[in-house]
Amino acid sequence: MASEIVLDIQKTFSDRAAVTARLHLPLDPPSATILFGPSGSGKTTLLRCLAGLERPDAGTISFNDSVWFDAATHVQIPPQARRLGYMSQDYALFPNYTVAGNIAYGLTGLSAQEKKARVEEVLHLLQIEQLSQQRPAQLSGGQQQRVALGRAIARRPQLLLLDEPLSALDAPTRARLCKELRILLTQLAVPSIIVTHDWTEALALGDFMAVISEGRVMQTGTPLEIFSRPRHADVALVVGIETVIQGTVKAIHNELATVQVGSVDVTALASPGLDADVILCIRAEDVTLELTGSGETSARNHLRGTVHTITPLGALVRVTVDCGFLLTALVTRSALSDLKLAVGSDVRAAFKAGSVNLIPR
Amino acid sequence: MNWTTIWVTGKLAGLTSMALLLIGLPIAYWLTFSRWRWKFLVESLVALPLVLPPTVLGFYILVVIGPQSPIGRFYTDLVGHPLPFSFHGLLFASILYSLPFAVQPFVAAFEQVDRKLIEASWTLGVSKLMTFLTLIVPLSMAGLITGMILSFAHTLGEFGVVLMVGGNIEGVTRTVSIEIYDEVQALNYEDAAKTSALLLAVSYAVLLLVYAVNRRVWSVWPQK
Repeated sequence: MASEIVLDIQKTFSDRAAVTARLHLPLDPPSATILFGPSGSGKTTLLRCLAGLERPDAGTISFNDSVWFDAATHVQIPPQARRLGYMSQDYALFPNYTVAGNIAYGLTGLSAQEKKARVEEVLHLLQIEQLSQQRPAQLSGGQQQRVALGRAIARRPQLLLLDEPLSALDAPTRARLCKELRILLTQLAVPSIIVTHDWTEALALGDFMAVISEGRVMQTGTPLEIFSRPRHADVALVVGIETVIQGTVKAIHNELATVQVGSVDVTALASPGLDADVILCIRAEDVTLELTGSGETSARNHLRGTVHTITPLGALVRVTVDCGFLLTALVTRSALSDLKLAVGSDVRAAFKAGSVNLIPR
Repeated sequence: MNWTTIWVTGKLAGLTSMALLLIGLPIAYWLTFSRWRWKFLVESLVALPLVLPPTVLGFYILVVIGPQSPIGRFYTDLVGHPLPFSFHGLLFASILYSLPFAVQPFVAAFEQVDRKLIEASWTLGVSKLMTFLTLIVPLSMAGLITGMILSFAHTLGEFGVVLMVGGNIEGVTRTVSIEIYDEVQALNYEDAAKTSALLLAVSYAVLLLVYAVNRRVWSVWPQK
């Protein structure tokens, strides 16, 4: 049986934009779906409606064969009966229970022995055995995140809902736990829906993605598809103008990685523990254009190509260069006329190794 | 000092605060979490004993539980004696009179519990009742103790309602505050002073307990 969520809901608020969302999320094979959008776009509201914590004004929500919400027939399955693992942004650990107590909390209907065994299993899975008798207040942000995740998965939920799972953490911890989360989600083989406003997280965690803006679903697809080919200008604005493309790390030398993208090699800063398969992200602002034959610069990457498209954006112009892959650059209108660039012109695109963001996949 | 009176007073206060724990918890839960738009009507009703003269409250309680009313007649048929001027009648009046002293601290404590914790518990499949017992109650402990102590202390010192509903029956409904009044009427200042001092000491001790329970910084016993 295909696992899927079909959601078509409306919810109005007195103080912010209404949420009018229509989504069909395939969850088979167990996949991670990203709800991506700026803060206040309504993605957390969607997640809370899925969890049963918020009641839409109209519409329906169904998960596989069961109807979770139907405004017309007044069906509202309570959160208790949805068999979910829900994790809120600030983890909401119970301060009056230990780590083990938090994880055991939802394990109702099990014998004491089964409960103990399951708690140990979860503690082991998340590598937090040594924390089992600590109180939440004694834990670091990263540890709290693991405990919250452990608590959410302990009951073997049929769906995991994670609201900004990494946003409460500092940057180095976030990068480390992002990778671990990806591995864990694959191990668990439970479909998950993850809310985030961070495009690195979206690319690193998601198999499928929905871009939400002002309470509406703007585009759905794989994260790579959406980031590299936003369908509307609005989506491009939400995701940022980026060159997003898949590559393979060929070699790492002196902390610099050589990444093969199609037939071209790109030099990027290597982060520790980099896998072979990566997604490269290059901000258009970081790419400079130069005429072929000009001298050396400090930029590590100089790619020859031809101008593919030119799109004026006010004082700036977006230039896409075909240099084995499509690379987007954002330059001023005057620079464009100085270089006398037109579609089909030969050009060299330059960017620093540090401007290439490598996201492990 | 009359130990029978002290015993009656203590029994009344203890039973009242116990009963208010049972009655006050569901009322406070409802007042905290209900989204009913007319909730303020009930909130005001619960707070009424704070401002109403005890004699007014006592009067209405007498009317409601008296032999003229269906409730009063039903009770008399059931138990064999009327509710007014009995210990149970007095207990009933005390519960109503001290209701806000229990319910308001309960509500304040429940409101302090982070909604996200409660929602987390629900999504973990734990029913509303079990969430209340295993999460909300433990996290509201200070407020629950405060409410119980305040209603106990408030009942200790009640006068008007006791006089209206309980009368002044030695060993049954005569409480400490009434005894003090009687002794002053009889110009028996020495006994009045003793009993007053006892009530003062107990009330102060009880309030000390309330503030100690709700203290955030323990400078006396610093945490490691």
